[in-house]
This record gives sequence, C-alpha cells and structure tokens, in this order.
Amino acid sequence: MNAAVDRKKPRLATTSLAGCFGCHTSLLDIDERLFDLVERVDFDRSPLTDTKQCASCDIGLVEGGLCNAENILVLHEFRRNCKLLVALGACAINGGLPAQRNHLDLGQCLQEVYLTGPGIVGGQIPNDPELPLPLDKVRPIHEVVRVDYFIPGCPPSGDAIWKFLTDLLDGRTPRLGYPLLHFD
Amino acid sequence: MRQPNILFDGLPLPFADGQTIMEAATAAGIFIPHLCHHPDFKPQGSCKLCTVKANGRHVSACTMPAKDGMEVENNSPDLNDKRRTMLQMLFVEGNHFCPSCEKSGNCMLQALAYELEMLTPHFPHFYPDRPVDASHPQVLLDFNRCILCELCVRASRDVDDKNVFALSGRGIRKHLIVNAESGRLADTSFSLGDKAAHVCPVGVIIEKGRGFALPIGRRRYDIQPIGMELERAARCRGSGEAI
Amino acid sequence: MDCDPRSLLETVVTEGCFEAMGLAALLQPVVDRHRRDPRQLLQILRAAQEVLGYLPAVALTAIADAVDLPRARVEGVAGFYSFLHLTPVGRYRVLFSDNITDRMLGSGELLDRLCNKLWIERGKVSEDGLVSVDTTSCTGMGDQGPALLVNGRPMTRMSAERIDWISELIRGQAALDDWPREFFVVDDNIQRRDALLTTRWPAGEALRTALARGRSAMLAEMQRANLRGRGGAGFTTHIKWESARRATTRGERATRYVVCNADEGEPGTFKDRVLLASYADLVFDGMTIAGFTIGAEQGLLYLRGEYAWLLPALDENLVRRRRDGLLGGQICGQADLSFDIEIHVGAGAYVCGEETALLESLEGKRGVPRIRPPFPVHAGYLGQPTVVNNVETLCKAALIALRGGDWFAGLGTKQSTGTKLLSISGDVERPGVYEYPFGVSVSQVLSDCGADNAQAVQVGGPSGACLAMHEFMRRIAFEDVPTAGAFMVFGAQRDMFEVARNFSHFFAHESCGFCTPCRVGTSLVANCMDKIANGHGSQYEINEIFRIHRLLHAASHCGLGQSACNPLLDTLTKFRPAYERRLRSLDFEPAFDLDQALAGARQMTGRDDPAAHFGQPARMPGGER
Repeated sequence: MNAAVDRKKPRLATTSLAGCFGCHTSLLDIDERLFDLVERVDFDRSPLTDTKQCASCDIGLVEGGLCNAENILVLHEFRRNCKLLVALGACAINGGLPAQRNHLDLGQCLQEVYLTGPGIVGGQIPNDPELPLPLDKVRPIHEVVRVDYFIPGCPPSGDAIWKFLTDLLDGRTPRLGYPLLHFD
Repeated sequence: MRQPNILFDGLPLPFADGQTIMEAATAAGIFIPHLCHHPDFKPQGSCKLCTVKANGRHVSACTMPAKDGMEVENNSPDLNDKRRTMLQMLFVEGNHFCPSCEKSGNCMLQALAYELEMLTPHFPHFYPDRPVDASHPQVLLDFNRCILCELCVRASRDVDDKNVFALSGRGIRKHLIVNAESGRLADTSFSLGDKAAHVCPVGVIIEKGRGFALPIGRRRYDIQPIGMELERAARCRGSGEAI
Repeated sequence: MDCDPRSLLETVVTEGCFEAMGLAALLQPVVDRHRRDPRQLLQILRAAQEVLGYLPAVALTAIADAVDLPRARVEGVAGFYSFLHLTPVGRYRVLFSDNITDRMLGSGELLDRLCNKLWIERGKVSEDGLVSVDTTSCTGMGDQGPALLVNGRPMTRMSAERIDWISELIRGQAALDDWPREFFVVDDNIQRRDALLTTRWPAGEALRTALARGRSAMLAEMQRANLRGRGGAGFTTHIKWESARRATTRGERATRYVVCNADEGEPGTFKDRVLLASYADLVFDGMTIAGFTIGAEQGLLYLRGEYAWLLPALDENLVRRRRDGLLGGQICGQADLSFDIEIHVGAGAYVCGEETALLESLEGKRGVPRIRPPFPVHAGYLGQPTVVNNVETLCKAALIALRGGDWFAGLGTKQSTGTKLLSISGDVERPGVYEYPFGVSVSQVLSDCGADNAQAVQVGGPSGACLAMHEFMRRIAFEDVPTAGAFMVFGAQRDMFEVARNFSHFFAHESCGFCTPCRVGTSLVANCMDKIANGHGSQYEINEIFRIHRLLHAASHCGLGQSACNPLLDTLTKFRPAYERRLRSLDFEPAFDLDQALAGARQMTGRDDPAAHFGQPARMPGGER
C-alpha cells in the first residue's frame, strides 16, 4: 500500500464493558489476518494499544453490557467519538451473562455478599468514590446509546468479526449470514 | 379436473381442498416462518410469524384456507421485516440468553432469528422474573423462555389427554401454568413420555440430566438452517434420494 | 385463627380457614345453581367470588372438580378477567374509572386523596384487609364522572367531599346499603331524542307486530331498512340474520342462537347503559324478533361486568316477560314458537366486545377472539349458527318491526339509514346521550351539546378517530366518520398527548395477549409514551411508535391490536407539538433513567459524591486526558 492511502486509514477503537474479554479473544482469533487488519486500520483506544481514552474514531467495537456507572461513561465516550458504533457479542447486545442477575434485587445482593453472607464478620459495602456504582439492572448498550451495527455471538467467531470488518472496510453493508450468525 | 392453485410469490402452487396456505406451501417444500404451528396439531395462529399477504390482506398462513387463484406474498422484504420485528418482541418479552440455554442450536426461535437475520433484540427488555419450576424429577420448566405458542397446551390436551398445561393472565402478563393447586409440575400427571414433553420449540420444557448433549456444530440448526430442512427434504423426495 | 362464620368476609381473607368453613358447602349452591355446567364457568367464578371475597387456589380446585374441567383451565379463565381475583382483595374494593374523561374531571387527584385518607398504597390491600383502591377501564359513566365502582356498584359524580365521606364510611365499616343513596344514582341523561328514544310502545308490541308480519316479511323489512350494526363494524344486519337463518345447525343440541352484545367497553360510550336501563323491553323485543326471524330458540345477553348493577332489573324484566307470554314456550300464543333469554355477566375484559371473544366468554372460556372464518352466523355459540348484535342494533330491529323498513330507510343517509345514539362526554356543557339521524355533522353535535372551545373530538372511542377542528364539518355516518357511539370532546386547554397516553395504557391493559404483535406491541407503545411523558423521550420513540403501529395494524389477530395505535397516529399527525414539546432531544435518549438506575446502589453505599450520579458533571476517576 502506498503512503497516501495509509494516511486515510480508518481508526478503530475497542473496549470491553461488562464482558469477559471473550469477544476480544475472538478478535485475536482472526490469527494471521491481524496483520492484514493493522495494514487497513489504525488502532485507537483498545487493549492492543493500552490507550485509556478514545479519540475521534471511525469504528468503535464495544464488547459487554452495562453493569455500572463507569460502563456508561465509557460507552458515552465511545458514542461521542466513533462514527460507527458496533455492539460486539451477546453481552453488548442483550446484557448476556451479567444480565442474568436482573431478577435479583441489587440491594439484597450487596447485603448478602458484603454483610450477611456466611463467614462475614464486620463486613461493609464498599463505598470508595473511586469505585463505580453498580446499576440496578444490567443493560445492553442499545438501551443507552444509538448503536449502528450488531455482531451477535458468545463470542462471535473470529471469522464473523473478520467478515464484518472486511465488509465494512470494503464499503459493503456488513452481513454475517448462516452459519457465521449465531447467538452462542 | 384442473387442480386448484394459489399464486405463491408469483409461482403457481397446487393445493388440495381444505389445505391452508401453510399446508400447501409445506407440501411443496416451501418454508414459511412459524413458531406456534405444528403439523400434528390444530392450527391456532397466535405467533403471527407466518403472516403473509393473501389477495392484499395480511393473514396467518397457518389458519387461512387456500383458495383457487389466491395471490400469496410470502418472502418479501416487508413481510420479513415484520417477522423480524415480532421475533425481536419475543426476544425482549422473555429471557432468551442463548449461551446458557440447553435448547440452543435446536431452538426454533433462535433458528428463525438466524433465518431472518435478527442481529439485535432492538427493543428495551422486559426482564421477566418467572421462577423456574424444578420440582419434577425428570423435567425442568424455565418459564422465562416461554413464547406462549401453546404447543405443550395442545399436545397435553389433544394427544396426552392430560391437560397438564394452560395459559393464565392476559396481555403482557399472560403466562404458562400447570395443572396443580401447588403450581408445581411435580404435582401434575406429567411424564417424560408425554407428547407435551417434546413439542416445546424453545427451551421451556427441558429434560433433566441431558443438557448440552450435542456439541456446538452438531446440533440441528448447526447442520442446516431452518428454512433449508424443508426444502432439502422436498428436493430429496422429488429425486428419490435419501435425506 | 378466628373463623367466626358470622363474619364470612373477614375470615375468607385468610386461606387457612377454608377447610374449617367447609369450602365445598359454600360452593355447592353456587355450582348447583349453574347446573355444574362448564359453559357457566365464568358465571360460577363470579358467584364464587361473591361468596368468598376472592378466588383462592383451593376454591379453583373445588370448582374444577365440580364442573369437571382441568384445574389449569379454570385458573386460566380466572386469571383472564380483571374483576376476578386470585389473591385476597379488600373487603371494600374501590376501582376508579380510568378513562381520560374521568381523569379530566380529576379522578387521579381523587384516587390519591382516598389513598391518603385511608393510609394505603394504590393497588395494594390495606394490612387489615379492609380496603383496596385501584383503577379500572372506563365504567361507562362518562356523562356523570368521575366515577368509580365499589364492590362492583357504580358511584358517580365523585368530588373531594364525597371521597372524604367515603373514606369515613369505609373506616367505619358501614355496609354499602347504608351509604348515602345519592352516591349511587345513575342518570340516563338523555339530551336529544329521535326515532328510537321517543318510542313509547308497550312491552311486546314490536314482537307482536313482527309475528304478525311473519318471518320472511320481517326479513324483507330489515332488508328495506338497510340497518347496519351499531357496534362499530357496521355489518348489514339483515345479511347476518339471513345467513344465520340459512346456516345448518349441527349435533344433538341443534339450534340457533341470538346473542346481544351488551359488553359496551369502548371507553367513552354509555348509550347501551341507557337502553338497558330504560328501554330493556325494546332490547328484549329485538332479541326475540331476531330469534323468531332466524329460527333460534335461545337468546343470550352478554352484560359487561361494569354493568352488573343493571342485572336485577333486567332479570325482573325477563320474569315479567315470561309471565306475559313474551318469552318461554308458546310466545304470544303461537304454539310452535319458543324463545328464552339468559343473561351472562362479564368480568372486566374489553376484548370480549369483539364478537368471537364474546362467544368464547359465553362458553365459559378465556375471552380470546376466534380464528375467522368460520363466522358466528355459521358456527358461533357452541358451534351453532349465531347472530351477534349490538344492543342498539336490536332496538332498531324492534323499531323496524313496528314502523317498517321504508320508514326507517327514510331516516339518515342512503348508506347509513336510521338514527345513531351518541354518548357525549368531556368538555361539554350537557353531557349525555344524543340521538341523531345519521349524517349529522360533528360541528352540529358540538353546538348542541355546548362545546364552544373544542380542539378535538375522539369519535368511536380510542379505537376510533381523533378529529381536529378542521374536520368538524365531517358527518357521523358509516361512509364518513363511523362510530359505535363514543363522542369525547377535548377543549382547547387539554393536552392531546395525555389523551393518547391514556388510550395507549388502556390497550396495553386490555390486550388479551393471544398474538405476539398486540401482546408485546401494546406494552412497548405504552412504555414509549411513558418515556416521553417523563421527559426522557426523543424522536426515536416517535419513530418506534410509527413502526409498531405498522406492524400491529397489519399482523394483529383482531381489531383491538389493529386499532391500538390509531389514537397515537391521529394525535401525532394532528397534534404533533404536544409530543415534541416533551422531547428531550431529537436523536436518542436512554431507555431508562440513568441516574435512577444508581439509586439502589447509592442507598446501599451511602454515597452521594458526583461520581454516584448521572446528569451532574461527574467524571470518571482519572479525569480528562
């Protein structure tokens, strides 16, 4: 590739909110195609760059749902900075495993875990302002910001992520189709 | 005498007297998305996934009798969009977290979501809180996955002659109940041999001790998409091949 | 536990007492009175609840045994109807009519006032089991609201003074019979009479005239009259009658049925209430004429649960008619003519106004609309040919028997013959029932009822049409603005968004839940409207409403779902600023209140620092880059 094209490389940011980094691991599963990817995009905020804040980007991949205040702030930061926001994986799309706590009462949970559970003596619910407060329910990201694309899967396969990204970079509407489209 | 036809997505489709649009399409190897329909039971037309346009009117293919000359629109972007929206409604109404569900890979709701390329539930979730019934020694009921198709109701009533299941409540609070004062499946006459134990298209009625028996990749809808099963079967029937 | 049988209602609140009380002994007369007939299940459940206060699990089991139905089926029916309770309710059950017209008259404030006076939370039973206060769908008193039901009895013209008095009466545990009688007065409020309401014929006169004409001649008169159904759909009545008459009966109990749809549930309508209260003989004459004409031997009147207070008078009337030879065997002395009428009472389900849902309910089932075809004229009640007609339609049929089809066709317009009763409420000087020949303009009606500053009229109830000022020249007629009779007027000061929001909750509450689009869609739409109302809405919600409307209109199983978004669509088209001024942004707002979602955690941790809130300039630890 020549330098002129290089300067126009789209910027890609990724983050994991209330997720397990499984989707990021899947991103690594594109294996040697990672070399193609870095040829075609520049990574902004991402575990790969270890950048903590997101600058103006073209594509933002968000793994994980929203379980606490910090998740929402990061999501807002991504929405502000990314032209296209992509929900990556089951948790971002429907809350996923963390959302299975949604039928429990948060207050009772905290109480049991930190105060009344077996073996706890003199416990205290953590209240350090450095800690993000948990939300009453875990939410998928589309309930808080507008989301442009969705890549389902727990996690989506490396192939699915690759298909999605190459479609997008090549100017096609991303389409997974069978069998790349799956929810588990 | 000339066999009567419907014009199905522009193609003439013969049907036998008394057949519904769904039955005529199925016989011809054409898949119309559906959840509450099952060829063994009386059609009820509640899921509305099989909504087609017949002579310009939206109708349920599973309940509408085919009529000679009827023009039926099935596989159109507009109808598929409506079906996708209804799938999204079902996904947010219940709790459909596929990775934790034993039915994943064999689930019609999930398979239809693939077929209709539903990528997101789109709507805000209702997050139902319906306690799981694990009382029965052989079977677990996870009501949070119920799509209210009434197949278990019909199977238990019409085939098993047991009436183990029924619906109560109404509107968004409509829910599946079992035939016991305690509300527990263990206190009904339900058994694993019942037809009702094996008709749930989603993951409500789950046999205990068998979860995740097939690895990912070998489950029903891993092997082929839901719409393809029927078409392949029809093609094989036509050519005399084994399926 | 104290199980003193002197105070039955007190003891039934505790389920443990039922064995001691001898539940079977309590229920036996109830099930026996209904011949242990499973088709009477809804009536049995109503009666059982009257005895027990609510329907505990053991009672459902006992009833299921008595009528030989699966218990789950009985529980399914009991769980369907709003007025049947599976958990204990207060000995005084106060239900405020929640139609928009009641709200405009201050019902919301009155409800809060009563709750405060009684120290209770809305929708919850007081700890001593004495009282519960909640809302219910329109009780059909739009002309004399705010209205409520106390233990099923209607109370009208509520005011702060009356509410205070009621709270004293409840706290003093006064029997309802000892409450001031004026609280229970229901007026007819007939404001304009035309062909029907000027009728003063003796009971049976219309019937005798029809009998004298003969079956075919009566049908011919109906055809000449070109009467169309007054329940809203406007199907031609004589075609219905003719079809049912020609349809073959089947099975061993082969007969035809005439069903009178008195499930007047459309919010804002109450004209059938007046007909049933003051023109019952015309209704029964009409039913009997229909029975005679189509060859039916049984009539069924389905009375909405909210009108159960009319039952004693209606039953007395039936007894009188049997005594006078107008019902039973050998009607009017004709040896081969027998017809009788039975009244079924509903239990709070708007969807039962849909004729096939009504038939299901009559058969003792959940009120879920049937798949059509077959239509009721071919396979209706118990699978037999059945004519289902609205109360007003049957009155008109009686009128046609009396005065002839040509006379009737001379009234109204060519496509909409005869007259129409309108139930007028809202911002008008003289609410009540108005009878007009079809073709009257909306502006004429507005001027007659004293509505000088109307900005909108909801014609035909929530499922009808919302007309704005520029449409007031339109005419009430099937070919222009069709209506079942509701005519709610909204003055310039009213917020049309709140009108639509009220209706959206009505449909979500009344959806039977049978089909996916209506069951989920009506609730999604109501949630969208709440989000907008709470100041968290955006253009996104408005687009969602349009999208859900398109789906519901196309794919819903019955008219309820198909029309559920009509009022939103109408108000969004004609009163869009009422929505827009509430929007927080034109793009997208979260589905839930972010700050509120942290409230639980704030409470548990005792934190109140900026990072424990949204909506404040809180920043993540680490600060700006």
